[in-house]
Amino acid sequence: MDTRSAKAARAAPSGRSQIAETVNAGLRRRYRAERRFRAYGIIAILVALGMLATLFVTIIGKGYTAFWQHSLELNVAVPADAVNPQDLGSANYLGLLRDALQAQFPEVDTRQERRALFAMLSDGAPYALQDAVAEDPSVIGRSVTVQVALDDDFDMLAKGHIDANLPEAQRRLSDAQVAWYQALAERGMIEGHFNTTLFTSGDSRQAEMSGIWGAVVGSFFTLAVTLALSFPIGVATAVYLEEFAPKNRFTDLIEVNINNLAAVPSIVFGLLGLAVFLQFFGLPRSAPLVGGLVLTLMTLPTIIIASRAALKSVPPSIREAALGLGASKLQMILHHVLPLAMPGMLTGTIIGMAQALGESAPLLMIGMVAFVVDIPNGPLDPSTVLPVQIFLWADSPERAFVERTSAAIMVLLAFLVFMNAAAVWLRKKFERRW
Amino acid sequence: MADTQTTAGTPLVAQGDAAKIEARDCNVFYGEKQALRNIALDIKANEVTSFIGPSGCGKSTFLRCLNRMNDIIDGCRVSGSITLDGEDIYHRRIDVVQLRARIGMVFQKPNPFPKSIYENVAYGPRIHGLARNKTDLDEIVHTSLERAGLLGEVKDRMDQPGTGLSGGQQQRLCIARAIAVNPEVILMDEPCSALDPIATAKIEELIDELRENYTIVIVTHSMQQAARVSQRTAFFHLGNLVECNDTEQIFTNPQHKLTQGYITGRFG
Repeated sequence: MDTRSAKAARAAPSGRSQIAETVNAGLRRRYRAERRFRAYGIIAILVALGMLATLFVTIIGKGYTAFWQHSLELNVAVPADAVNPQDLGSANYLGLLRDALQAQFPEVDTRQERRALFAMLSDGAPYALQDAVAEDPSVIGRSVTVQVALDDDFDMLAKGHIDANLPEAQRRLSDAQVAWYQALAERGMIEGHFNTTLFTSGDSRQAEMSGIWGAVVGSFFTLAVTLALSFPIGVATAVYLEEFAPKNRFTDLIEVNINNLAAVPSIVFGLLGLAVFLQFFGLPRSAPLVGGLVLTLMTLPTIIIASRAALKSVPPSIREAALGLGASKLQMILHHVLPLAMPGMLTGTIIGMAQALGESAPLLMIGMVAFVVDIPNGPLDPSTVLPVQIFLWADSPERAFVERTSAAIMVLLAFLVFMNAAAVWLRKKFERRW
Repeated sequence: MADTQTTAGTPLVAQGDAAKIEARDCNVFYGEKQALRNIALDIKANEVTSFIGPSGCGKSTFLRCLNRMNDIIDGCRVSGSITLDGEDIYHRRIDVVQLRARIGMVFQKPNPFPKSIYENVAYGPRIHGLARNKTDLDEIVHTSLERAGLLGEVKDRMDQPGTGLSGGQQQRLCIARAIAVNPEVILMDEPCSALDPIATAKIEELIDELRENYTIVIVTHSMQQAARVSQRTAFFHLGNLVECNDTEQIFTNPQHKLTQGYITGRFG
């Protein structure tokens, strides 16, 4: 070193020094390496963005039509002798609807043809008529115009997912059915509108009657149970391990186990839940309560690890300042360490919750995969959750369920984006400089 | 015991002068490593005592023994006795919270809480219940800031974060925070090492004023600072207390050759 700088000093008067020359020779290589490194980074980001874009394009492309539903506007005669105003539920609304539809096509008379024509009506159509009558009982004896949902196959035809130009054998609707639909469309009786059913009903075997609300409510109860259990337990564990626990072999063992649990496949937690919560404790099947318990086990390691990292990142100078003033250990933790660690803990919790929201495997094990039509009223009612609903619908072959699957995925992604945005916002809001 | 050299100078005060803090046979270990050997030292009340010595000599370690801040370090062990007004501070009956309320501390790096200036100063009195009501607390906060020479600069922005102040102001805020609890002793661990010369001068002036009411122990790397602010100086080297004497004596007439070497800049 000494000899080199001495040489450089000697070389200095003759212009650029030896050291400058040596440095210069390597400079271009260094900058090239830097540019290359930056290019790798950009390529990686572009690949990731490309994949994300592909995912979004396929899902949205397949599913955006699910937010749209076509219905048939029918003028239905409601004869006074058909409906008893005292007992609205007993009337044969389906018959009335069929009569109204038949009136549009008087030429249809064989039994087979009539069945093909009536297939146009959704199974939910009679309820729409009943509701209309219940809302305004004065229509009894007159006629009422109701909008009834089209059966999912006809809805698909309306949306262009069934190609009328294909040979008859290759599509689900016959030539006659397509012709009837086209006739009705020409008469202006088919109308598209926003698919509120998708957001207000539970699952159904009929695609046009099925919705995600039951799964959303089930997810909500499940996550509420998960949050209520995993946040306090996780934070308390982290605080104890980080601040109070002696550092010995036993706490090392606990730490290793927590880190291992974070990597355990989630279905294992489902099996555990099945064995412990259902078999041993006899809790109800398919209940969000049990789902929440299982997901608590799954998210706890995430929350504990994130919370411990957050506690560790609180600068020791703040702890010393509090202790030096005579604060007790608990006061130091509650007044200074926890507020500073809270953003990190909240971020970890929300990421854990997002993970729990998207989890389906462990819930299959505890029966949340059941076909549940009713909207759950509490954490003990049988219900399903969004990802399991997606799984169930993805199993159904009808084109209408394909688009609903994508729609449900979109809703789930929207929730996840919302939660992650909340995590970022919380971190920004509570972050304090020191 | 055999390998310890005796401390040169006058580490122990005369029988007549009561010492505020007395350390005897004080050994500190970090795990297997011994950081301090048989320290025997008296610290007089209402005086500034400075600890000097090269890095790693144990002066900060000894300072942190005085308010038991070493308790929070894993594997740190203290033997011997340290008494405050005749009471052993390492005795089982002594509550460390109460001890730290009596012996305040100011750290090397200014470390205000990420809270408002007011809250920073009010925190100590609040946790110890020193103020009966809001007016009392306001009073304590104001006097503490005034004594720390900071009131004029911050009285219009008491609700702003203490972390937004300049380095020197932050350190004076930390001093105000320490004296708000009204301790008997204030320990300062290189309080000016992160500050510019003007801020340093202000803090030194402040230390001189505080001497009237408090016993102050200061660790410093700057021999000029030790000479300027302290009445007594202790020189540490490799875990030993080499020499302790009146500051003037140490700097003009060191008795030990290590002390002489250090203050003349031959090592350190």
